[in-house]
Amino acid sequence: MAFAGFMFYIFAAITVACAVMVVTSRNPVHSVLYLILAFFNAAGLFVLIGAEFLAMILVVVYVGAVAVLFLFVVMMLDVNFVELRKGVRNYVYIGAVIGGILFVELAMVATSWSLGPELASISLGPVVGEVHNTRSIGQVIYTDYIYLFQGAGMILLVAMVGAIVLTHRQRAGVKKQVIRDQVARSSKDEVTLVKVQPGDGA
Amino acid sequence: MAEQFANLFEGVWWSSYLAPTILTILLILAITVPILLGVAYLTLAERKVIGWMQYRKGPNVVGPFGLLQPLADGLKLFLKETVVPSGANPVLFLIAPMLTFILALIAWAVIPFDDGWVLADINVGVLYLFAISSLGVYGIIVAGWASNSKYAFLGALRSAAQMVSYEVSIGFVIVSVLLCVGSLNLSDIVKSQAGSGFWNWYFLPMLPMFVVFVISALAETNRAPFDLPEAEAELVSGYNVEYSAMAFALFFLGEYANMILMSAMTSVLFLGGWLPPFDIAPFTWIPGPIWFALKIAFVLFIFLWVRATFPRYRYDQLMRLGWKVFLPLSLFWVVATAGFLVAFDLLPTAAQ
Amino acid sequence: MASLDSTAKSFLLAELLSGMALTLKAMFKPKHTINYPYEKGPLSPRFRGEHALRRYPNGEERCIACKLCEAICPAQAITIEAEPRADGSRRTTRYDIDMTKCIYCGYCQEACPVDAIVEGPNFEFATETREELFYNKDKLLANGERWEAEIAANLKLDAPYR
Repeated sequence: MAFAGFMFYIFAAITVACAVMVVTSRNPVHSVLYLILAFFNAAGLFVLIGAEFLAMILVVVYVGAVAVLFLFVVMMLDVNFVELRKGVRNYVYIGAVIGGILFVELAMVATSWSLGPELASISLGPVVGEVHNTRSIGQVIYTDYIYLFQGAGMILLVAMVGAIVLTHRQRAGVKKQVIRDQVARSSKDEVTLVKVQPGDGA
Repeated sequence: MAEQFANLFEGVWWSSYLAPTILTILLILAITVPILLGVAYLTLAERKVIGWMQYRKGPNVVGPFGLLQPLADGLKLFLKETVVPSGANPVLFLIAPMLTFILALIAWAVIPFDDGWVLADINVGVLYLFAISSLGVYGIIVAGWASNSKYAFLGALRSAAQMVSYEVSIGFVIVSVLLCVGSLNLSDIVKSQAGSGFWNWYFLPMLPMFVVFVISALAETNRAPFDLPEAEAELVSGYNVEYSAMAFALFFLGEYANMILMSAMTSVLFLGGWLPPFDIAPFTWIPGPIWFALKIAFVLFIFLWVRATFPRYRYDQLMRLGWKVFLPLSLFWVVATAGFLVAFDLLPTAAQ
Repeated sequence: MASLDSTAKSFLLAELLSGMALTLKAMFKPKHTINYPYEKGPLSPRFRGEHALRRYPNGEERCIACKLCEAICPAQAITIEAEPRADGSRRTTRYDIDMTKCIYCGYCQEACPVDAIVEGPNFEFATETREELFYNKDKLLANGERWEAEIAANLKLDAPYR
């Protein structure tokens, strides 16, 4: 257990450090790479508490797909971030107010928070008996929370359709390749062999 | 002092920390060294097989039948100079090849070579493999960006888009296999294919998914005919143009180790892992790891065979194949498999 | 029916499989590779390889320092200096070819009125240093002696077509 504790502090420290670097680093690509490292260490934290399914899904979805698209966009942006930061002083006061409110809220939660007495035994390990967490997540998601789960799926579907509808534009007079037609063409229909007499032309 | 040192080798410190660590390191070496040797000889096999298919002999001068050629190539790359372009981001430029190489190797931790021959027999083995292979794109995209070269960058962008696209269909293929197994553990996947012989393996009932998986594996490892990220005709050599010496060698090793990994995944998911093709005497005498190696070699041969046969895809055709053909096909197959299993009450009630 | 046929073909990957069958068959056919340092392919009599300066059968060098080769050389690889010899005949005192400039076009051979400068059949004259590729008259005459038999045979074979 001592080793697990040691690993917890390593993962947690790297996660927090990366989160700080995401905000402070000057190069946006570096920010995204630090974000990826933070995701990765968060997955490590999930593994430590025995939630290996969530850890792997975090890596597959966030690191493997979402962050790649972030990186894609950020790499191709040609924005002068020094230029953008010029006016940042004007927002310092409102930013400080919002940050202060958040901090106070967090402090209130942290001081008044306590663990329910019956949770103490469960929170030690999510593996209850022989049921490992892939199965237990499935049992919860597909029974108790089925409507919420399906609803979340529908919202994502609507978002996807919406993105396509908003960006798709129909232009007139655009020729598109129809691969089916091309493959279906045969030389018999398209080519005729003509015997051309000299001086007559085809 | 000597007494203290001797104390290291007894008591709780030895039995609970040092001994398991040393054992694990030895096991890692026992997996890594054969894989690196396999990578070296895969490069030779590739040149030989493609040579034979083009009426050539392939390398045959260094050593008997050219068997020392990989060592000569490795030595040459090792002795060359690592050039870091002046416009490049030096830290990321050097991290990228290491990342590619490390990711190609750590995935082997969950591959079962025989019943119980696994370094880490984790419950979510398939997801781990999937996560690691989805991380592979970072080595390439970081290399392309850090090189500060437009060829490298274009190659990296192509590669990233390609790998993300084909991961989707690979995911659905894996799901349809998992539906039949009822477990995410790789050893359980192989065991569920056990029985009388090769007709119990999943490649037969799921032949379309097997084909989709192999083709997607080609795209995922950036192999011909999907090697657009390194299309030399338009991109010189893609994301690794600016690399030289060991940095380049690490990319090369990583790419080939990934090929072997995808072949291992294919044989675990579809070709029955370490199981012999017939469950009768002469076949069962041969130990499991050898069957596993033979199956990997067979899939690798298909990789090389395809490279020697087909011309490169055009990029829009590649995307069309991924999103408009494979994705609907594999999605349909997942639904069909699930429906079939439920309708005939065949759902696996395997281990928790 | 034809469309059904072609659809079935494309879904069963028939064309891809027939292509792969072709390469598999090729794999077991005899190979065309020549085991180079030990086996060599045939060379045409017109092959343009390393240069050589020839001599007459009596040992007199053929070159009369007309400088036609120097004039025609498109890469300006040839440098010639000449003065009359003691017996009054016009000969070269210097005949250099910079083999790093030469493009092996064969114009020097075409221009030569006495068949003195020729491009012989030798193509294996790689060197370890650049300096060794700056040929002088001695080197060229030595080449001529070394390759005379082959050069003479090639010139004779090619003669009917000139």
